[in-house]
Amino acid sequence: MWNYLYRLFHRFASPPHVYRLAGRLSPWLAVPGLILILAGTWKGLFVAPTDYQQGDAFRIIYVHVPSAYLSQMAYMIMATAGGIGLIWRMKLAHAVAASAAPLGAGFAFLTLATGAIWGKPMWGTWFEWADPRMMSALVLLFLYFGYMALRSAIDDTAKADKASAVLALVGVVNVFIVRYSVEWWSSLHQGQTILAEGGPRMSEGMLAPLLMNLLGFTLLFGGWLLRRVRTEVLFRERRTGWVRKMVSADGAHA
Amino acid sequence: MSTFQPRPAGLVATFLATTRRDLLLALKRPSDVLNPLAFFAMVCTLFPLAVGPSREQLAFSGPGVLWVAALLATLLSLNSLFVADLEDGSLEQLLLSPQPLPLLVLGKVFAHWLTNGVPLVLVSPLLAISYQMPGNVIGVLMLTLFLGTIILSLLGGIGAALTVGLHRGSALLSLLVLPLAMPVLILGPNSVSLAAGNELYSPGLWALAAYAVGALSLAPFVAAAALRITNE
Repeated sequence: MWNYLYRLFHRFASPPHVYRLAGRLSPWLAVPGLILILAGTWKGLFVAPTDYQQGDAFRIIYVHVPSAYLSQMAYMIMATAGGIGLIWRMKLAHAVAASAAPLGAGFAFLTLATGAIWGKPMWGTWFEWADPRMMSALVLLFLYFGYMALRSAIDDTAKADKASAVLALVGVVNVFIVRYSVEWWSSLHQGQTILAEGGPRMSEGMLAPLLMNLLGFTLLFGGWLLRRVRTEVLFRERRTGWVRKMVSADGAHA
Repeated sequence: MSTFQPRPAGLVATFLATTRRDLLLALKRPSDVLNPLAFFAMVCTLFPLAVGPSREQLAFSGPGVLWVAALLATLLSLNSLFVADLEDGSLEQLLLSPQPLPLLVLGKVFAHWLTNGVPLVLVSPLLAISYQMPGNVIGVLMLTLFLGTIILSLLGGIGAALTVGLHRGSALLSLLVLPLAMPVLILGPNSVSLAAGNELYSPGLWALAAYAVGALSLAPFVAAAALRITNE
């Protein structure tokens, strides 16, 4: 078992292997993801019943919730990969962290934008400063900005990798603290709905498209992340033999 | 070289020596201490000019303005935390020293707090009076600033360690530290406002104290790790 893990670790530490694997896996994630999103969004917009309180405005949930969840997921991937890179000195983990950051920032922005569009008709405000979730989403976006800025400010890749990993790990703690420091202000957000005790508190017609979109967004994110990892690996390994060989072989074809 | 010591000094002696050195350096260059203070007073003066001198409004926005100004003044002074040491080569000596680096970092951060945080706390009542703050609320303000500046110096130590030696360090430092400082800015002014409204404000203070203790026990290690990374 341990031996197997050890070998697995080394295979995932090998850039050409990961480059090929990511290339092979990426479409298998992205294409079903896209199909699920298209189907889920269509069902969400046209088939799901209208909410008795919120009318049709609730339908933005089918973008808002998946992107909110992915913005946090991307941060956790970034921080975990950064931690793995720091502890086991695995360069590829840093490549994953670097690739996840812009995606996460994009989803964080999408979360805030859709949340604002939704909040205006429902709560009468684009942004509510006393809401813990909005504050932590905003801080998350700023943390992504800081992370990417630190990365681009340090020229040496190895140094940038480690320094930004430290920042990402400190940020994890911070997101929780921000969350709870605002918690004791009254919150506008609803409590847990899907994972609530005694089953989901949402009608099936509404829930099904949401679950489809959640899965679809996750798959698309996975595929997208792998594509970015591929590019990142290629760039980082640009001076090595295997990249040169591959590029020149491609050139011969063209 | 008769000053060669066969045995490294104890932990407390090391900590005090690091702090003493930075305090002496600050004494030789008082502008490093006074400029952020003047900046703090200036920003607090700018607000009544910009938003109008109505007393109710000043009393209402006072805690927030004082806190934001204190945060910005701290950020202003943070940039020089490790830069001078990097330039004259003593940072390298710190990194090579047989003493634990987190302790040395803590000593430097402590000196930074003594020369920047404490003066801010001491000056704040003067500005608070001009913002129509009553006496008992000023006490709460000083207490929150006391705890808050400890946290800001510690978090700033991490930011300064991550950005030391970078050309565009100053703006980047703010970008890194400000999101981390947000909980402090939520808890601090909020407690002061609660105190001004004669409401229960102690939970915010306890939360700040908890954050300060957490930062005190973790931040020196993170900052030390960051220094090793940026200076390897």
